[in-house]
Amino acid sequence: MGCVSSQDTYETSFLESVEINTTENIVYAKQPSYKELIPPAAARRMAKGVKMGIAASTKALKEANVEVPDAIITGTGMGCIEDSEKFLKALIDNNEEYLTPTNFIQSTHNTVGAQIALGLGCKGYNFTYVNGSISFESALLDAKLQLENEEENTILVGAADETSSHTMELFKLVNIIKKESDLPYSVLDSNSSGVVYSEGATFVTLENVKKENSYAVLEALQIQNELNIDEVESFITSFLDKNHLKIQDIDVVVLGNNGDINFDTYYTAVGSLFDQIPQVYYKHLCGEFNTASAFGFWVAASILKNQAIPKVVKMNSIEKATFSKVLLYNQFQGKDHSLVLLSKC
Amino acid sequence: MKVAITGMGIISSIGNTVEENFHSLVSLKTGLSTISNIETIHKDIIKVGEIKLTNEQLAEQLNLPSDNNYSRTALLGAIAAKQAVENAKISDMNAYKSGLISATSVGGMDMTEKYYYEYFENEACQKYITSHDIGDNSQKIANCIGLKGMVTTISTACSSAANAIMLGARLIQSGELDRIVVGGTDALAKFTINGFKTLMILSDDYNAPFDNNRKGLNLGEAAAFLVLESETIVKNENKEVLAYVTGFGNANDAFHQTASSENGDGAFLAMNKAFKMAKIQPSEIDYINAHGTATPNNDLSEGRAIIRIFGENVPDFSSTKPFTGHTLAAAAGIEAVYSVLALQNNVVYPNLNFKTNMEEFNLTPQLTLKEKEIHHVLSNSFGFGGNCSTLIFSKN
Repeated sequence: MGCVSSQDTYETSFLESVEINTTENIVYAKQPSYKELIPPAAARRMAKGVKMGIAASTKALKEANVEVPDAIITGTGMGCIEDSEKFLKALIDNNEEYLTPTNFIQSTHNTVGAQIALGLGCKGYNFTYVNGSISFESALLDAKLQLENEEENTILVGAADETSSHTMELFKLVNIIKKESDLPYSVLDSNSSGVVYSEGATFVTLENVKKENSYAVLEALQIQNELNIDEVESFITSFLDKNHLKIQDIDVVVLGNNGDINFDTYYTAVGSLFDQIPQVYYKHLCGEFNTASAFGFWVAASILKNQAIPKVVKMNSIEKATFSKVLLYNQFQGKDHSLVLLSKC
Repeated sequence: MKVAITGMGIISSIGNTVEENFHSLVSLKTGLSTISNIETIHKDIIKVGEIKLTNEQLAEQLNLPSDNNYSRTALLGAIAAKQAVENAKISDMNAYKSGLISATSVGGMDMTEKYYYEYFENEACQKYITSHDIGDNSQKIANCIGLKGMVTTISTACSSAANAIMLGARLIQSGELDRIVVGGTDALAKFTINGFKTLMILSDDYNAPFDNNRKGLNLGEAAAFLVLESETIVKNENKEVLAYVTGFGNANDAFHQTASSENGDGAFLAMNKAFKMAKIQPSEIDYINAHGTATPNNDLSEGRAIIRIFGENVPDFSSTKPFTGHTLAAAAGIEAVYSVLALQNNVVYPNLNFKTNMEEFNLTPQLTLKEKEIHHVLSNSFGFGGNCSTLIFSKN
C-alpha cells in the first residue's frame, strides 16, 4: 500500500509522526519528493492528483513486488479538478477564445488511472469510479469481483483527490467546509456543521494469493446510496448476517467521523452497536474529501498487519490483545454509505 | 448466469423515446442542427446533436418542483432511466437487490459554467453548487426511479456507459445484485464544446465516419439506460427479454492521454476479451456498431483493430454518430439501445455521409438501411486515457 496525505504518511512508517490540525479548515497534502518517480519535465505539467496517485501506486506495487498489475481501478470524487477549473476560468474570462487543450485533456476524471497505466505500460482493464464518498469502495468492489472470478490475479486499486481554490471557495459558501468562526476545529468534540477539507491518494495492490508481506484479506463490502439513521443498525446486521458473522465477531470498528454535527450521528449510532470493542477514527488526521475513506482502509489494514492500534486513532479506551476482523463504516452527509470488512491474513 | 436486458429508455437529438429514436434511424433522419440552448461564440460554425427541449420542459416531464437543482445531465438521465424502468414493467424498484450504475463525463458542468462567478453574488443560484458533483447526478436519477441500493458512477470519458453496462453485467453474473439499471448521460456544455475545439477535432460539417475526407466529430447530448435482470427474475416473473449482454471487455491502449495508437491495440484487446467471454467467433457477428467518431485518429485506429480481429471478413458495420453526434459518456448507452433495436428488428443502420474509402485500408461501412437476420451485435466505445470497451449483445 502507499498513502499520500496531509500527514507524513509517504516517507515514514505507519502513523509514526502526526500533527493534529485545529486551526485550518483546508489542509493540503504533504507532497513527496517526485524526483525519483517522475521525470521533472513531465512532473511540471502533471496535476497534483496524478502525481500523488503515481507516488502512492508506485509504493503499493513495490511493497507487493509487482511490476505491472493486470488491471488498474481508481476512485476519485472530483478527478483533476484543478485543471477543470483552469480551463473553465480561461474559457469564461476570455469569452471562449485563446484556449489551449492541456488543461482540458487533463480534466477528464480518469486521468489518474490513465496516467498510471501509461507510465507502467499496463494495457489491462482500467476503470475509474466517480461517486462521492463511495468512489474508492466502488473500485474495491469491482476488483474483488474480478479476483474472485479469477479474471485477473493482481489488481492495483486506489483513490486520489486534489483540492482546488475555486471549488474550495464554493464549498465554503454552502458550508460544506467549516467556517472560521467555528475555530478551533475538532472531529470528536465538534459543535459545528461542515468539515475540514483535504486531499490525498491511497493505492493498494490486491492479489488472489496470500503473500508473506500481505496486510489483510478483503472479505466483503457493501455500498448503499441512502439510509435513514434508524436504518443503520439493520444495514449493518444484515451485512454481517450475509457474511455469517455476529456483532461480537468484530474486533475493531473504524468510523469515518468528520466533525459535522449534523451527520456524525450516523457514526454514534454505529458506535453504540460496537461499544465493547476498540473504536478507531482517522479523519482528524487526513481531513475529509470524497476518497478519505481510502486513508481509513490504509489505517485498518495496517492495524491488522501490525496487530496494534496507534493511540492517536483510538476513540475509546477498550483494549484487545489481537485483532482478526475489522469493520469500516463511512458515509457523507447521510449519503453514500459503505461497509468494508477486512480480516487478518 | 445470463444477463437479460428487460427494459430500455433513451432521449437524444433523434427522439425522446425508444420508438422515436428507431423511427429516425430507419428513416435516415439526423439530429444534427445549430445549437440553440447554449450561448457560444462557435454556434454558427458547429453542428451539434442537441435535444430541443429546455431544462424547464425536461423538469416538467419529471414533475419536479420549479425550485429543483437538477443539472441538465441529471434531467436527461432521469428521463431515460424512468423510461427504462417503465419499459421493464417494474412496479417495486426495491423488490430485489437492486442498483444503478450511471456514467457521465460532464456531470453538472452546465450549471457550474453558467454561475461560475455569480455564485458569489447571488444566493439563489447557490443551490447548484452541489449539483456539479457526478455522484449527485446519479443520486438524483436513483431518486427519480425510487431506488434504494447500490448506486455508483463510472467516468472514463467516452467509454463510460459501456463500462457501466459491463459492471452491471458483472454484478448480475456474480449474484451480487439481481436487477441493475445501467447507462449514461451527458448534456452539452460550453466546457466540452471548447475542449474539443482546442483539440481541433470538431467538424464544421456533418460528421462522416470512415470517410477518407472526414473532418472530425459533432458533439451531441443524450441519455440512455437499460434494465439488466438475472435469469431468476426473468423466470419467476415470466419477463419479456429484449436481448442479452453476452460479452464484454475493457483494455487500455496505454499509448497517449487523448490519441489512440495507430494499430488500435486497446481496441483489439477489448474486442478479443469480449469474444472470449461470449464464447463466439468473430464470424458470428452480424453487425458492428462502431465507435466511429469521424476523427482522423479514431477511425484509422478502430478500422485497423477491426481488420486485425475480422481479417477479410469484416461484417456489416456502421457508426450512428452522424445521427446523434458524439454524446460522450452517454454514447455507449444510446448505442446499446440501437444495438438491441437492431437485434429486435433485424436491421443494420446506414453510416450516413460516407463517400470515399480511406486510403489506409479497404473498409466500406454499410451505406443503406439493410434488413437481415441478426443474432449478435458488437458495439465499440473508446475514450480518453486510452480507455477501450467492447460489448456484445445477442438475441439468445
